[in-house]
Amino acid sequence: MTDNVLHYCPGCGHGTIHRTLMEAVDEMGLQEKTVGIAPVGCSVFAYNYMNVDMQEAAHGRAPALATAVKRLMPEKFVFTYQGDGDLAAIGTAETVHACNRGENILMIFVNNAIYGMTGGQMAPTTLEDMKTATSPYGRDVHKVGWPLRITEMIAQLNGVRNVSRHSVHTAAAVRTLKKAIKKGIEDQMANKGGLTFIEVMSNCNSGWKMRPVDANKWMVENVFEYFKPGDIKVDGQLVR
Amino acid sequence: MEELRLMKGNEAIAEAAIRAGCDGYFGYPITPQSEVMEYLMKERPENRTGMVVLQAESELAAINMVYGGACCGKRVMTSSSSPGFSLKQEGISYMAGAELPCLILNVVRGGPGLGTIQPAQSDYFQSTKGGGHGDYRLIVLAPSSVQEMADFVALAFDLAFKYRMPSLILSDGVIGQMMEKVVLPEQRPRFTEAEIRKNTPWATVGKTPDREHNIITSLDMDAASQERHVLHLQEKYNAVEENEVRFEEIQCEDAEYVFVAYGSCARICQKAVDLARAKGIKVGLLRPITLFPFPKKEIARLAERAKGFLSVEMSLGQMVEDVRLAVNGKTKVEFYGRVGGIIPNPDEVVKALETKLL
Amino acid sequence: MTEEIIIAGFGGQGVLSMGKILAYSGVMENKEVSWMPSYGPEMRGGTANVSVIISDERISSPVINAFDTAIVLNQQSMDKFENAVKPGGCLIYDPNGITRHPERKDIKVYTIAANDAANEMGLNKVFNMIVLGGFLKVKPLLQPEFIHKGLEKSLPARHHNLIPENEKAIELGKTLIKEVR
Repeated sequence: MTDNVLHYCPGCGHGTIHRTLMEAVDEMGLQEKTVGIAPVGCSVFAYNYMNVDMQEAAHGRAPALATAVKRLMPEKFVFTYQGDGDLAAIGTAETVHACNRGENILMIFVNNAIYGMTGGQMAPTTLEDMKTATSPYGRDVHKVGWPLRITEMIAQLNGVRNVSRHSVHTAAAVRTLKKAIKKGIEDQMANKGGLTFIEVMSNCNSGWKMRPVDANKWMVENVFEYFKPGDIKVDGQLVR
Repeated sequence: MEELRLMKGNEAIAEAAIRAGCDGYFGYPITPQSEVMEYLMKERPENRTGMVVLQAESELAAINMVYGGACCGKRVMTSSSSPGFSLKQEGISYMAGAELPCLILNVVRGGPGLGTIQPAQSDYFQSTKGGGHGDYRLIVLAPSSVQEMADFVALAFDLAFKYRMPSLILSDGVIGQMMEKVVLPEQRPRFTEAEIRKNTPWATVGKTPDREHNIITSLDMDAASQERHVLHLQEKYNAVEENEVRFEEIQCEDAEYVFVAYGSCARICQKAVDLARAKGIKVGLLRPITLFPFPKKEIARLAERAKGFLSVEMSLGQMVEDVRLAVNGKTKVEFYGRVGGIIPNPDEVVKALETKLL
Repeated sequence: MTEEIIIAGFGGQGVLSMGKILAYSGVMENKEVSWMPSYGPEMRGGTANVSVIISDERISSPVINAFDTAIVLNQQSMDKFENAVKPGGCLIYDPNGITRHPERKDIKVYTIAANDAANEMGLNKVFNMIVLGGFLKVKPLLQPEFIHKGLEKSLPARHHNLIPENEKAIELGKTLIKEVR
């Protein structure tokens, strides 16, 4: 990580997720070989914090950038870092096709069930009945569809090797995430074949209009029921 | 002996890309330019130079793959035709903002909308005035032969890297689909990582201890520094206008009238010059080779003595606006164009000259 | 010398490849050439035409509206291109399927019954080469050795064993062409 002060709201998961990813890169001695792709959304400035070479993609297009980077420089470690609006709404095509091609990259998907940066609008992952700036009476699934479990969809694709869902609200959860990230990196550098897709649930206490501690509690009690943490696919085998 | 081949414009540009040391091609099929990717897929350049060729899931993905590759200091390109070129505008604007070199080919077909698959030149505004959002320009080269399709690839890459901005080869269905003799350029090597680190130190190829981490972005939330950035881009475009104007003059020495035409229309006008001169009309042709930068000075010079200009385009009149700006009221500027995929023929061009200017 | 040719017929008749072989032969004989197809969305069936220019000088416009020779292989193309032949020019057509024969008196008209001959002799794949032979008889622009080289360059290497059959068809075409007026 760089010494820059994070712009994230206190209690937000992004800082921890950044740090976990960068610790893994550092511990594996890969700083000189790493190229990361930042999204549009809350983590648009991820490039200011992660002390590796970074590219800032247009909204949703990070997997396309990463595809080219990895194919042009197969010896590098390449990752994308995207939020739910970026990855699961505007960038769905790029996400699905990068996964389906089995690009040898690591995709980090941070899901906080809301558009944080633009002021708390409804995301593809916003839960049923959840109130946001653009679903002020709660998400009506019959009008706007159901919260999208894109991670479960992605897991079905032959091009994807490892899929898991995590959180960073406890130290234990962070350790599990770091293990999954390291496995994704190892598999990539060993050319095991296939993409590693890691979803990390985060609270968005500002967007959810809660205090950070309450937001984490609400996440455990409400979000995990729909977006269930754990391994979904390991080494090409579905485990759920 | 030079390697002489009969090739379509689309094939020539693909072969020239391999020979120009291109690192990656990312595209999506669309008529009338699909032969570019088809040729590359068949040719397997990964075995010749290591060049990567990938069919993307959309034009959006393709241009963003180009963006990712360009961030790494690689010579990367894409090709499309008008509707697909519209889709690519987002990525092109980002690349202009992030100061990235790349090559884009647009083999223009008629529009708006799906329009037609037949040739047109109606993407002139989009190509020369920016195309996407924000203040930016592209270097725009307009080949008028299959040979130039091949020759402009290395040139476009070199200019793109010289100025750190995207280059566009603006072709059309005629030049893309027709076959002519072409002398292919020599193979040149792809950049090595050492060369990339030395010549394009901004490239994201991995942070080394001797430098800060590289960031490629087009985002700057600070108004003052964003203004400085846009003004810096403007300075670059001014330098391009100063240094990179290219054009061809045909029989302009004694010309009383001047056709202005680019690409396939320039070929048609060449024949129209012959036909008109056979009738005793002293006419010449100014062919802009670069559309941005536009040969303003040369047109202004010709305007000192010419009795009139006729801009001939496969559009409803787009380049004619730049001709008028350059002529600046000194003499008459008229326009003749066909649209919808219809290619004007030399006879009707001569007739337009006679009715509009004589 | 400049010869401006239009070859027109149905897709699948080998119109484009006939033009390509002609153009490549021109390249081999060190001529300037251009080959400009009409292109449509249909892969088979629809109309196909290609203009080929062979010249000793630099070719200005590859897009032309008047031709020294029109080679016409169906009725639609006859309707479209009879009037595009320059006065004194030449029109070659296969009468097979033609319901309205050319009417102009200021051009030379030839027929070549290539379709019938190809059917009779089981040479359907080289129908277009029979027509090409007829054209070369009327307009001997290019020497046979360069046509041979043009075939070599135009056909993929795996089809080079078919070159003798193509040349045979060209020779046959030369004997089949008939001057109407």
